[in-house]
Amino acid sequence: MTTRAEPMGGSLDTTATRALAGLLGLGAVLIVWRLIVGLGPTTALNDGYPLGLWIAFDVVTGTAVACGGYAVAILVYILNKGRYHPLVRPALLTSALGYSLAGFSVVIDIGRWWNVWKVPVYFWHWNFNSALLEVALCIMAYVFVLWIELSPAFFERWQDSSFVALRRMSRAALPMLKKASLFIIALGLLLPTMHQSSLGTLMLLAGPRLHPLWNTPWLPLLFLISCVSMGYAGVVFESTLSSRLFGRRSDTAMLAALAAAIVPLQIAFVVLRLGDLAWQGRLGLLFAGDGRSVLAALEYVLFLAPVVMLSSAERRRDPGQLFRAALAMIFAGALFRFDTYLVAFTPGPQWAYFPSVPELLITVGLVAGEILAYILIVKMFPVLAKEQVA
Amino acid sequence: MGISRRAALKTVLVAGAAAAGARPAKAAVLAQAPADAVGLLYDTTLCIGCKTCMVACNEANALPADTTLSPARLYHAPADLNARAKTVIKLYADADGMTRSYLKAQCMHCIDPACATACMLGSLQKREFGIVTYDPDLCVGCRYCEVACPFNVPKFEWSSAAPKIVKCELCNHRLAEGKEPACSEVCPRHAVIFGKRSDLLKEAKRRIDESPGRYIPKVYGETDGGGTQVLYLSHVPFEHLGLPALGETPGPERARSLQHGIYRGFAAPLALYGVLGLVMWRNRSAAAEDRNDDAR
Repeated sequence: MTTRAEPMGGSLDTTATRALAGLLGLGAVLIVWRLIVGLGPTTALNDGYPLGLWIAFDVVTGTAVACGGYAVAILVYILNKGRYHPLVRPALLTSALGYSLAGFSVVIDIGRWWNVWKVPVYFWHWNFNSALLEVALCIMAYVFVLWIELSPAFFERWQDSSFVALRRMSRAALPMLKKASLFIIALGLLLPTMHQSSLGTLMLLAGPRLHPLWNTPWLPLLFLISCVSMGYAGVVFESTLSSRLFGRRSDTAMLAALAAAIVPLQIAFVVLRLGDLAWQGRLGLLFAGDGRSVLAALEYVLFLAPVVMLSSAERRRDPGQLFRAALAMIFAGALFRFDTYLVAFTPGPQWAYFPSVPELLITVGLVAGEILAYILIVKMFPVLAKEQVA
Repeated sequence: MGISRRAALKTVLVAGAAAAGARPAKAAVLAQAPADAVGLLYDTTLCIGCKTCMVACNEANALPADTTLSPARLYHAPADLNARAKTVIKLYADADGMTRSYLKAQCMHCIDPACATACMLGSLQKREFGIVTYDPDLCVGCRYCEVACPFNVPKFEWSSAAPKIVKCELCNHRLAEGKEPACSEVCPRHAVIFGKRSDLLKEAKRRIDESPGRYIPKVYGETDGGGTQVLYLSHVPFEHLGLPALGETPGPERARSLQHGIYRGFAAPLALYGVLGLVMWRNRSAAAEDRNDDAR
């Protein structure tokens, strides 16, 4: 292994970082406004659709795309593809940022956010029937685990810092982290398995109000499968863009090899879902011709598109093709998750929901903040590998 | 405080038993209404739609009037249950206006409430008399209860910066004073009456037997969705009144049994953690051996 992660260097003050900071600033102002006046005047949420964009996009879709750390760790540590190790650290960074964003979005979304500390602390009140409690505790723990997993990137930089305290702390922490790494990485694999599947269980409680095309006891497994392929696609996306941005040689060879492991997952997802629909005698609903059936059919097309796009080794090694297939994977999983949380939820004809402008701008601001943090961190800390082995 | 400590101890014991691989106690699954269960019986054939109950409810619960639909701000006229209306009288009329019926909507006080299954810290919970009550101190405002309730009952104070969940708590503050719920107390036609659930069920069946043909021969809530403590008698099909066909299995049972199946005794996650650690440890030693071979 001849690769080493290095800071990318370069100026932190660029047009891009300024634009991102501007969007983040706008989002921050709107967040303050939301906290002062409440959710009613600032969002399109209502008593029929109590969950909206912040949950369906920032949390349910965002954490899945942020499962890159999870997907790559499975491949590297469990399937023992150690030569792909250079992919781990950038994947962990996107995961840590994505999950932190999701956690922050939840705090803005919930009405009584000042009570949120009670969820992990008041263990004698824990309701073990609540899938949401499992999701909440798991995501809180996972954000913590992700930053610990990533922390060597910071300590490696700080171990030569001119601040004595920082230097000492870094030098003490690094060997400790190395010893504990097995336990931490295993935790980093366990926690997403738990909460990504529970995100599926969560909507099952809507019972008769969840449309039959999405209403299946296999939802937990479907959510788990889709988070792995979306996480992988997120890594492809991030790797392609960062290689353009920082003029690195791209990771296509490694990513192409991993794609071979992801394609069967896309097939498994479709087979499982269609099989379940057939088993329940609901296949006909796919041809009902209404908006929901069209969206459901589109999900299947998007899930199968990458299978065709990456059908040969040659196609998988084409960076453009790989990038397009990754986009299809992200759209497929995102649509499936949006549909399950918003479209499939049928509170009644008197209710409607489409996100308000402030809702959208807050999400845009937070995503801009995430990208900004990514750029700043990879420029200052050793995350990306500069020299790649082919 | 005493209750909290006892609950804490119980949680520790349950967690301990769970960690030891024992079957966790299914305390929250109620097959039957609690022995002290109280409720309401509403009869569509008696209600004249005067909405006195709505006014009395707002007064008893110190709720402001909802004048959204009244430009001159003269009427308490909520379009549906909301943060300012814990009960609403609705009117169903079919296309030709021949079949009509009023319906009183409020919390059904399910025997096995989906909202309580959803609620992370048990803010919404069946407490005394089987009444599903709300404790704002344990609520983070996540609104998962609104997603879970098949009757679309819990409502949120959207226009507040410190919002609470609002729903009928069967006037439990009045019950504590020995009074009955405001809605049943003021009803001039006794279309809604209050009592022990078992007595109300008997009374409903007596009315059906006494006047054949007057009612759809079914007491809604006896077993629907696992049973509710608010019961309905109707002369029009219940689904017209917004009372969905739910079957007899408690609504939250499927999601809950799936969750419990996966997490029984926390055994599966612990086993998975062990297997993951083991596989990685093996992979790592294999890699180390490879390096040693290379070095030789």
